[in-house]
Amino acid sequence: MSPLVKNIIRFVLFIVIQVFILNEIPPLHRFIVPYIYFLYIVWLPFKMTRIGLMVLAFFFGLFYDLFIGTTGLHAAACVLLAYSRPYVLAILIPHESTEQSYIEPSITSMGWAPYAVYVSILTFIHHFYLVLLEWLQFGSFGYFLGKVISTTGISILLIFVAEMLVSRKGRYRMNS
Amino acid sequence: MKNILIFLQQYVNLICFLLLQVISIQLLTTSSKTHETFFADISNEFTGSINSRYSGLKSYFSLYETNRLLAEENSKLRNALSANFQLPPTTVINTIDTTLKDSTSLFRKYTYLPAEVVSNSFSQQNNYLMLERGAKQGIRKGMAVVSATGIVGVVVETTENFSKVMSLLHRNSRVSAMLKKDHTTGSVEWDGADPSYLILKNITRSTKIVKGDTVLTSNYSANFPSNLMIGTISEVALDPASNYYVLKVKTSTNFYNIQFANAIDNIRYNEQTELENSTKSQ
Repeated sequence: MSPLVKNIIRFVLFIVIQVFILNEIPPLHRFIVPYIYFLYIVWLPFKMTRIGLMVLAFFFGLFYDLFIGTTGLHAAACVLLAYSRPYVLAILIPHESTEQSYIEPSITSMGWAPYAVYVSILTFIHHFYLVLLEWLQFGSFGYFLGKVISTTGISILLIFVAEMLVSRKGRYRMNS
Repeated sequence: MKNILIFLQQYVNLICFLLLQVISIQLLTTSSKTHETFFADISNEFTGSINSRYSGLKSYFSLYETNRLLAEENSKLRNALSANFQLPPTTVINTIDTTLKDSTSLFRKYTYLPAEVVSNSFSQQNNYLMLERGAKQGIRKGMAVVSATGIVGVVVETTENFSKVMSLLHRNSRVSAMLKKDHTTGSVEWDGADPSYLILKNITRSTKIVKGDTVLTSNYSANFPSNLMIGTISEVALDPASNYYVLKVKTSTNFYNIQFANAIDNIRYNEQTELENSTKSQ
């Protein structure tokens, strides 16, 4: 499957899983919201330009927002996530070799530890900004802190499970 | 000119980022207004049609519960039929009818419009429902929405065939409520903590309150008819800063499994709100 087709399928799949499965779960506590949809942006190919990444993230977030009814909230968080992604990648991996030989960030292409750090930082950035925007509208500092920490924890757990379930082969990029 | 171009080239990423951020925050802050003018027609119809397919599938799993609720509501309505009540035999007892009200001059104020719920969220801080019934079928902005067991929310947006309802589980939702036993009024809000509990505010300490007291909609609200069930009080606490109670209300509506709802059309809604607003602005 070409990366384009794969990513179009993922776009739909992540929205469907988030809206129709995870959001249907009765919440245990108000701090615990299972978010995984932004993994789509984390998994996008290395080779995308930063502007392309941000525009795609914006529309992805907005698309999710339309289902939830909060226009712009998740879009803003996704754009920040997409903007900071290249910085995080630049710190964590040897630029030339990995990006040349692999298509997208995964455990096999980056290695266990760098990938875990990469996912955790991006998850934290996403939730920090998302809850910050919510906090500006209502809530207290305790709400902000508690929700950022617990949603980040839950999301990392979910991403871990997703990595176990979906075996993404760290395919070498062909010279095409 | 050249310098400007170089500058733009250098910071194109940052500019793009800031632009997208501004757009999204603009959308967020003026949510309801922009939403209406820009996307409402396209997006609500689109997400609505997807949601209605999904809810068609999902409704099979809750058929038993829906049936039970409908049967309960039916028996409640049967009990309210006028055929159940007998007038005293007027041929025997002589009474003089002193009421001046002519029963033929009754007018209908509220109309119930049934609708299917096609999407419903409860895990966010601002939750919305989507009904498969829109402006074409008589839904207007501001209508109250009730389920078989209690009130649900208020319509905030309509398109041709769908309408978006602000759930009671929304940080901006506020409904005028009263206690059933002595008609003390307060307002019901949501603190975002638990989808099955609301907060009743503005009840003074002088009122006697017991756990289990019933909370109904008051007659002060323009969109909700009075005496509709909201819930029962489950926790009584005093607000140390003010002279009021902070009461936790267990909702009678189960927000996890709403399948059908009724939108309530108040014939005199516009007249009432216009009068209220005109006096407010003076």
